Formats: sequence, structure tokens, C-alpha cells
Amino acid sequence: MFVVAGGWSFPQVQIFIQKTVAMTSSDNTLIQVEQVSRYYGHLCAVDNISFEMRRGEVLGFLGPNGAGKSTTMQMLSGNLAPTAGRILINGIDLLDRPKAAKAQLGYLPDHPPLYRELTVDEYLLYCARLNRIVKSKCREAVNSAKGRCGLTEVGKRLIGNLSKGFRQRIGIAQAIIHSPAVVILDEPTVGLDPIQILEIRALIRELRSEHSVILSTHILPEVQAVCDRVQIINKGKLVLSDTISGLQQRMQGASLQVALRQPPTLEVLQALDGVAEVTALADGRFRLAMAQGDDLAERLVQLSVANGWGLYELAPERITLEQVFVDITTEESTDVSEATETAA
Amino acid sequence: MMIFTIAGRELRSLFLSPLAWSILAVVQLIVAYLFLSQLDGYMEVQSQLLGMAGAPGVTEIVVTPIFGNATIILLLVVPMLTMRLVSEERRSQTLALLFSAPLSMSEIVVGKFLGVMGFLVIMVAMITLMPLSLLLGGTLDFGLLASALLGLLLLLACFTALGLFMSTLTDQPTVAAISTFGVLLMLWIIDWAGSNESGHISGLFAYLSILRHFESLLRGVFDSSDVIYYLLFVTVFIGLSIRRLDADRLQH
Repeated sequence: MFVVAGGWSFPQVQIFIQKTVAMTSSDNTLIQVEQVSRYYGHLCAVDNISFEMRRGEVLGFLGPNGAGKSTTMQMLSGNLAPTAGRILINGIDLLDRPKAAKAQLGYLPDHPPLYRELTVDEYLLYCARLNRIVKSKCREAVNSAKGRCGLTEVGKRLIGNLSKGFRQRIGIAQAIIHSPAVVILDEPTVGLDPIQILEIRALIRELRSEHSVILSTHILPEVQAVCDRVQIINKGKLVLSDTISGLQQRMQGASLQVALRQPPTLEVLQALDGVAEVTALADGRFRLAMAQGDDLAERLVQLSVANGWGLYELAPERITLEQVFVDITTEESTDVSEATETAA
Repeated sequence: MMIFTIAGRELRSLFLSPLAWSILAVVQLIVAYLFLSQLDGYMEVQSQLLGMAGAPGVTEIVVTPIFGNATIILLLVVPMLTMRLVSEERRSQTLALLFSAPLSMSEIVVGKFLGVMGFLVIMVAMITLMPLSLLLGGTLDFGLLASALLGLLLLLACFTALGLFMSTLTDQPTVAAISTFGVLLMLWIIDWAGSNESGHISGLFAYLSILRHFESLLRGVFDSSDVIYYLLFVTVFIGLSIRRLDADRLQH
């Protein structure tokens, strides 16, 4: 009936040119992003990003404000067409077959898309119908989504009268109502109080059992708390892609801070086995940088007792995630290819 | 199927706001007043009409002027109903819900169009009840009534399609309303230009006029070119709306 069709010709041409991209999609790859870029006029919001996501994974998307997190989320959810590159969801191209691909995903934008004049039940029922759930199963889907998001008691209330925490939960309920393979959550804990944040995190952890989750945030502990894998994006470029354990290894500082009442000379400490470098701090404190893979702490205690150094404090130093984050995002010339290699 | 889900929510949301109820009430009140004064006029001349051969009937004197006048009221009212269709959703950022659901743009746009049309059909049905009440004391020319009804609904479909398109252009409902009203009024009076002269330009303007095509239907003349004009009008603006919403994803 309608002559007008979507004009995707430009990205398709791009894809044709980029046929050289290796197709290494295994059965477990749920999302495949291939060299996706997005320009707003001349401004490049997302620059040539590629990554993959496996089934059952919680992927944290981390970046400072304006780094391109939301743009990436919008492109993954089909709200924004990439200027170049392509996105496969469960092996289905989001641009070629948008309907089939979108059936596989649930999306919570940074601002939950709620109709204030509807009640929670009406709204979720509408979302269930929009996602093509069979009419007879809609009630069931609404009830289970409400149960999982802790909304059972507010079903009859108007969305406009509910608090921000509840609205955020309705937003999440809307995203998981059709049990999609992928749930995309854009800053799900922004503007919530600490208790609500804990509840939302528990909910995300609970989602992991059935869905893969992509989470964007600029709150670092959140990533540590719920994610399996982290990707850091800065100025539109992917600068780090690592597992949480890999990130924790980065954070494990290879140094000890000790405080001694009767410290020996710097040379004595320097000569110890397994000490790479010693820095003297104030009040008889020293920072001992350890050689790789050596446990210095135990020997240091024994030596202190034997030599009467008067050890009264011994603390392994950790680099916080904040430091890693700041280091990575402030490095001007980060090699993107290097970062993606570490992920593989 | 999805189209009706969207249309249903649009219609429901309309009735959840006081706007729809007040519009229904005001339109009903004004049309009822027009109807009564028209009926009064008919009663006065009724005795003279009896003596004339080929005199116009009650349908021509009472019913079609009601429909003609109702269009002027609806010209003011429809922009208020259509202004929020897309712009409000864009403003409150709820479009993402529709965009990330497995729906095509045409389903979204046609759904919204049908939602408002549903409301207008209810309104027209209530207006039509007034002439139908005349059946209590007489009979009506049903052919003429059907033709006028068809014309009114087609005209309203045009209003709605244009309003929908204007709503996709902006995120300010009032801007959408005033521009819809402006364009509709322009199309309404476009045949005034050059109506004194007898050049081919005036013919073109007369053809473009949204009102001219309605007038013939109101006289009971069913010309397929009038109906095609309206259907084309609706299709073009729905098509443009789909394009405009698609462009939301492509660039900003």
C-alpha cells in the first residue's frame, strides 16, 4: 500500500565494500558489531568500533560523559542507524531484517520510555503486545515481568505517580517482557538512591541467568559488581576490552607499603630478594615494588622479626578501577588495535 | 495486527486526557445549536416549500449545511488532536519504545493515523445522530446523507494525515498544531485566488482546494476523482510521515 521504503542503501554499500571482514561468528556469539561508526554532521560520536558478545554474558560499557556510550546503545537497539559498519544480533543483520533482529532484544534507553497516563499493568500489556506476544500469553508475560522487577504491588497505579526507582524498574520490565536474548540497559542506575541502586544491581545479576545483558554506565563500582566483561570507550573509540578478572589483575598493584619503627637503610631493603624498587615515604614508611609473581609479604615479616625492624603495618597496594580508568581515558594516543587484541 | 495495537493505545490515551472529552463536548454543543437553528429555519419555510415543484427536502436544507459547517469546526479541532501524535512522544522520549520493538515505521505511522481516525469516527457518529433524530417525524434522503458522510470522513482523513505529518516535523505540539491549521486553511481558501478571472490557473487552484471536492460530495454528486484526490492526499502525507520518522534514525 505504501510506496515508501526505508533507505538503507548507504550502509549496505559500505558492507559490500567491507566483505573482507572475517566471519568468525560461532554459535555462542549473540551480538557482533563490525566496524561501526556514527557521525552527527561532522562530529564523530562513535569511531570504528568492533566487538562481540557471547551468550549469557554481562558486558559493561564504561566511559566518561559524551564518550559515545548512549550512541552505541542506540545503534545496538536499532534506534539509530550507523553511518558505516554493521550489527548482527543472533546472526541477524539489524539493518537488513530489523523486525527479526529487534524481536531478539529489549532496550532501556537512558530515559525510560513510559506513558505517564497509563497504569503499570496497561503499559506492560501494551509493551507485550508491541513485542508480538500472543494475546493469550500476554497476561502471563506481564505478571512474570512484574514479579521479576518487584512491581507486583503497584500494578494498578498510574506510572506518572510512581517514584523514579519504580519507573526505572518499569523500564527494565518493559525490556525483558518478551524474554529477549539480549537486554540493553543504558545507565540503569542513574538518579537512584543507594538502596534502589543495590536492588537494580541484584535484578541485573538475576537477569544474567536467562539473558545476555549490555550495560552502559559511568559508575565504576557498578561494573565491578555486576559485569563479566568490560569495555571502556573514550571519545568514540574502544580503548579497552577485558574480562573483570583481567581488569582485576591490572588493578593488583605489584607493591607493598610497609611501616617500620626501626627502619634499616634503603640499601638493605633494596638488596632484598624479590624487591624491584624501594621508595622511602614519610615516618619510616616505604613502598616496595615487587618483582613479578613473588610473595614478598611473608618473608618481609620474618626478616623484620629477625632483624628487629619493628614492622607495625603492612599493606598490599591496589590500583583502583578509577586509576585504571583515568589512565586509559587520559592517554592521548591509545592504539585501538592493541586494545582489541588484549581482548582476544 | 500491530497497527491496531498502536491505534488502540492512541485512542485510549486520547480518552484518558481531558482534551478529547472537552473537544467532544464543545463540538457536540456547537453542532447541536447549528442543527436547531437550521431546523427552525426549515420549519418557517416548510409551508411555502409544499407548494413548490421540485423543492429541496429536509436533507438538503438541514442535514448537508450541518455537515458543511461541522467541517469548519473540525478544521480548528483536528490539529489539536493530531499535534501530540509524534511530537509529544519525541519530547518525552517514548519513541524509543516503538523504535526498538519489532515494528516497521509504516505500522507505527498508520497505527497512529487510525487511532485519531477512530476518535473522529466516534465524533462524526455523534454528529450524525442529530439528523437521524429527524426520522422520528419524517424521512431522509439516505443517498445524500451517505455521500455527505463519506465526504466528511475523507476530509477528516486528510486533516489527520496532514496533522500527523506536521507532528513528525517538530517536538513542540503547539508548533505542529498551528502549522497544521495554517496549511489546512491555506488549502481551504486557495481557490479564492483568481476566482474572478477565467484563466487556467484558477482551475488548478480550484482543483487543489480541499473544500471544492467536498462540496460536490455534499451535493450528493459522487465523482471518483474527488475520492481519489482525498485518498492520494492521505497516502502522500502518511508516506511523508514514514519517511520523516525513518530519517530520525538516519541523522540528526
